[in-house]
Amino acid sequence: MKDTPLREVHERLGAKMVEFGGWYMPVQYGPILEEVQCVRTKAGLFDLSHMGRVNVKGPDTLRYLERICTNHVGKIPLGSIRYSLFCRADGNPIDDLLVYRGSDEVYLVVNASNTAVDLAWMREHAQGFDVVIDDLSDAQAMIALQGQVSTQVMQPLCEGIDLSKLGYYKFGFGTFCGLRNTRISRTGYTGEQGFEVYVPAKEGARCWNALAQAGAPQGVKPIGLGARDTLRLEAGMPLYGHEIDATHNPIEAGLSFGVSFAPEKGDWIGRTPLEALSKAPKRQLVGIKTDGPRVPRQGYKLFQGAREIGYVVSGSVSPTLSTNIGTCYVPVGVGTSGESCELDIKGKRQPASFCALPFFSRTRK
Amino acid sequence: MRPNDRKYTETHEWVKNEGETMLIGITDFAVSELSNGNEGDLVYCDLPESGRILEAGQTFGEIESVKAVSDLNCPVAGEVLDINPTIEDHLEVLSKDPWGQGWLIRIKPTLKSLDHLMSAEEYEKFISQPH
Repeated sequence: MKDTPLREVHERLGAKMVEFGGWYMPVQYGPILEEVQCVRTKAGLFDLSHMGRVNVKGPDTLRYLERICTNHVGKIPLGSIRYSLFCRADGNPIDDLLVYRGSDEVYLVVNASNTAVDLAWMREHAQGFDVVIDDLSDAQAMIALQGQVSTQVMQPLCEGIDLSKLGYYKFGFGTFCGLRNTRISRTGYTGEQGFEVYVPAKEGARCWNALAQAGAPQGVKPIGLGARDTLRLEAGMPLYGHEIDATHNPIEAGLSFGVSFAPEKGDWIGRTPLEALSKAPKRQLVGIKTDGPRVPRQGYKLFQGAREIGYVVSGSVSPTLSTNIGTCYVPVGVGTSGESCELDIKGKRQPASFCALPFFSRTRK
Repeated sequence: MRPNDRKYTETHEWVKNEGETMLIGITDFAVSELSNGNEGDLVYCDLPESGRILEAGQTFGEIESVKAVSDLNCPVAGEVLDINPTIEDHLEVLSKDPWGQGWLIRIKPTLKSLDHLMSAEEYEKFISQPH
């Protein structure tokens, strides 16, 4: 089990620590539901140093990434970020990731639990391309500040970058906590406005403490992985191992915005099966809300009367919606918003109803 | 020190002999693991119907917190006589008083021996070891 550079900080804060994806991580510092509400109403601080960070450079960078990514990397404007996936030849994902398009390098952020598999797969498919793949995961800490007050908390710690002008899914470089040329992106996994910042591992604790101190008067608190999962689910964001995995493809997961069939992208790994699926998907990812206390959990089956119609892939108590929510796979044509269904929980039925995804959207609210 | 008027299981239930019947509940340690000390993190407790016959070790219900569901296991064989009517609407009694008001079920045991279970002292040793 690996430690992030912030382990001592979490322990000092009294976090409950758990194993997650091979890492020793804070699952919560206090009540999970209060942490969710803190991010929705103020802002929260997250240690994401377990995430994989990979830099790709060299003359064939774009051509190589077009081949291994589902999204059209060559079309990403400089300084912008896009969601993408790595898929196998059968179209099923190995991982999902964010792609940061720089001028002479492309920076990728992948899931902690998949980093080793991603790197092996990337290197295998790099043969014949003139690229250099650098794993920066251990060298850098990654910290997120997410929530409405994030700009006002973080800006005073920055020089040479105006966070209020950094657009959604854009990144820039500036001095942060005295560290020059620090990568800062307006990204996150919460559905709130916020930033992710990448600093040298040995500066991680100092930067975290600076953000915590700057945010304390605004009510900023540290947030664990428990609340992070609820926040991302409320915001309709997929998690590898739940909405997508080796048997759940991005098309049926509703992630077509991260998949490009543009002719100029050329052929890429997984393109043919995914293009066929995009014309004739068999199932779809839908939301449910329960009418009762039980929480949808991955693997629970979904029924309409005696007919089994699908299964849950993620679930949570949702303090923002004041109900319990889940994402489920059902056949195309089933699961119209408002339609009733039932969860089977060890033989007991919990009434629920389908609803649109995302459950929560700041802009659509 | 946890109450020594009862016995404990490795799955964190307690059972207390009250003569003809036995009370079964879960320990403060179980509640704390599920809720991390936040009583609001407990969301649901599923208990059996009265009259149900349980084998020793059989699952008789579930307790659910924000992030996990745990089985409730019956330490001894017997018939469920009664369930705690307070639990459904007041899960917080599990945090406040797991040894008394937070009892879960009352059973009529088939056998009265609790010798296979841990004493309070043994249970404390058990939970202090890493698992």
